[in-house]
Amino acid sequence: MAGRTLYDKIWDAHVVRDNGDGTALIYIDRHLVHEVTSPQAFEGLRLAGRKPWRVDVNLATPDHNVPTTDRSKGIADPVSRTQVETLDQNCREFGITEFKMEDLRQGIVHVIGPEQGATLPGMTVVCGDSHTSTHGAFGALAFGIGTSEVEHVLATQCLVQKKSRSMLIRVDRKAGPSVTAKDIVLAIIGKIGTAGGTGYAVEFAGEAIRDLSIEGRMTLCNMAIEAGARAGMVAADQKTIDYVRGRPYAPKDMHWAMAEGAWRDLVSDADAKFDAVVTLDATTFVPQVTWGTSPEMVVAVGARVPDPARESDPVKRDGMQKALDYMGLKANTPITSIAVDKVFIGSCTNSRIEDLRAAAVAIKGGKVASTVKLAMVVPGSGLVKQQAEQEGLDKIFLEAGFEWRDPGCSMCLAMNADRLEPGERCASTSNRNFEGRQGQGGRTHLVSPAMAAAAAIAGHFIDIGKLG
Amino acid sequence: MEKFEKLTAIVAPIDRPNVDTDAIIPKQFLKSIKRTGFGPNLFDEWRYLDHGEPGMDNSKRKLNPEFVLNQSRYKDAKILLARDNFGCGSSREHAPWALQDYGFRAIIAPSYADIFFNNSFKNGILLIILDAAIVDRLFKAVTAQVGYQLTIDLAANMIKTPEGETISFEVDEFRKHRLLNGLDDIGLTLQQTDDIKAYEVRRRQEAPWLFS
Repeated sequence: MAGRTLYDKIWDAHVVRDNGDGTALIYIDRHLVHEVTSPQAFEGLRLAGRKPWRVDVNLATPDHNVPTTDRSKGIADPVSRTQVETLDQNCREFGITEFKMEDLRQGIVHVIGPEQGATLPGMTVVCGDSHTSTHGAFGALAFGIGTSEVEHVLATQCLVQKKSRSMLIRVDRKAGPSVTAKDIVLAIIGKIGTAGGTGYAVEFAGEAIRDLSIEGRMTLCNMAIEAGARAGMVAADQKTIDYVRGRPYAPKDMHWAMAEGAWRDLVSDADAKFDAVVTLDATTFVPQVTWGTSPEMVVAVGARVPDPARESDPVKRDGMQKALDYMGLKANTPITSIAVDKVFIGSCTNSRIEDLRAAAVAIKGGKVASTVKLAMVVPGSGLVKQQAEQEGLDKIFLEAGFEWRDPGCSMCLAMNADRLEPGERCASTSNRNFEGRQGQGGRTHLVSPAMAAAAAIAGHFIDIGKLG
Repeated sequence: MEKFEKLTAIVAPIDRPNVDTDAIIPKQFLKSIKRTGFGPNLFDEWRYLDHGEPGMDNSKRKLNPEFVLNQSRYKDAKILLARDNFGCGSSREHAPWALQDYGFRAIIAPSYADIFFNNSFKNGILLIILDAAIVDRLFKAVTAQVGYQLTIDLAANMIKTPEGETISFEVDEFRKHRLLNGLDDIGLTLQQTDDIKAYEVRRRQEAPWLFS
């Protein structure tokens, strides 16, 4: 028998029933819930008189709508407030554990799952949010679902799924010191495109991936969806096990010993066959900056804005021109000459403690440039915020002129009060540079936390690799 | 879920690749706790000249005359013609809800993002994948002829053009079956309750930490 991929192993362990029509009923081990994509699912349960199949595997928190300032005053926007209150009511009614807005453990759903040990190797993890791919960093099968599927998981603990094809993205050799997980994943998306992973479950492997910390792997897997892959994953190793040990939801005592043994098998077999293989050389990577309105529109920080005139495909050329018009950029402009109006350090991609440390280091005692209207740091959870404050990072940010906020999705998608005004340009550590994503007419450039912090100080993008 | 059998309708073209779900329904409208009423805000940022917020009277807002859905020739469109990677980005099911609420029942494109693809079928919208070259030809035909209609016959896996040409398409059997019959997924899965319970008993032995 041919060897199995990591994806095959997790899939096989979760097949409840093969439907014989190309789909299987798959068991779901962990369901994360937030306020935006769940209200209609709970309403569906109520209308049908159904109850959650297993209450204990659900973990909820409000993150998209929560304010990042003055939380004691509640939520000013009545529509946002209703949505968060609806989550509170639904969790109370159905008995689901929720870290409410005032809870120290509240945060972005993809930060708190791993932080609590609620995400474990070998699990199937779903959430009504495309960035659920984040949890694949633990050698888990994790993917985003729509609200109908949220209801389906609540009611049956299962999903009807068609197995994806498998793709291996191997990043060989070592990345340079200024190259972060964010740069690696942006470079991958630049290479394979935003639809390059569509229909695939992607496993990231190779020396540069193994070298990443667990938090770096979360950044990497988080953006697998931006390459079109519903799921991205990294095989479990000693780092994974060390990260999980002792967390509140992690297995204990005898169960820990059993789990640890099982997790060591969460790797693709040496003779496993993938449907597609992409190999890249990490030594060629440098810090990345997106210039357009799709994450695949990305270049090295030392490069220039691409010229549509050099694109032969007419659909692509038109797309590039539309992006340049929206971004207010001219072809051939050096990236380092692009000035920014705002800087956002946060989101489920880059709001963990290592991200904040990297940003603090990049400040190097400087001050936010006078031309930058707002530079903000939004930690991924209350616990990340607390940890950062214990390390004194908040003081570094505040002294440099950054705002130090409360945890939530914030300006990654601007569902709360944090947003760009039309025409404003932002260096952002988030994951999507779509038109209007950070506020109507807002212009987003995706970068790593260190690159964002350095841009805040310089007032424009700079190559942190050249700072020495 | 509404059944989908046969549809003859006007086709509206959205001629750009990578149309994301933020563009289909902007985030401010995701604050609703209902499943309905998203149609007036479909493609809000492209469709109107002002900034839209929930609760606004959309009939009083200034339309962007350049946007395709605002042109009278596409007024009754129920089929959307699109480019590669339609529906990428956020998993929000509000995107298919908005498309359906507006009146779209089918989309034709060379490719779609996975989550959007799943979500659409769960809401009775048929997503058809055709070769980029055929889609390109349809774009030309749609823009050349006012009132251009296509007929989609799901049971026969066939599209008919006004010129009498037939284009066949493939769709997963399980999706087709559910769409043709308007079946409720949860109801179907709950018929397999015994299988789920048996799995849980077995799995609890193998991986007890997942059940403690």
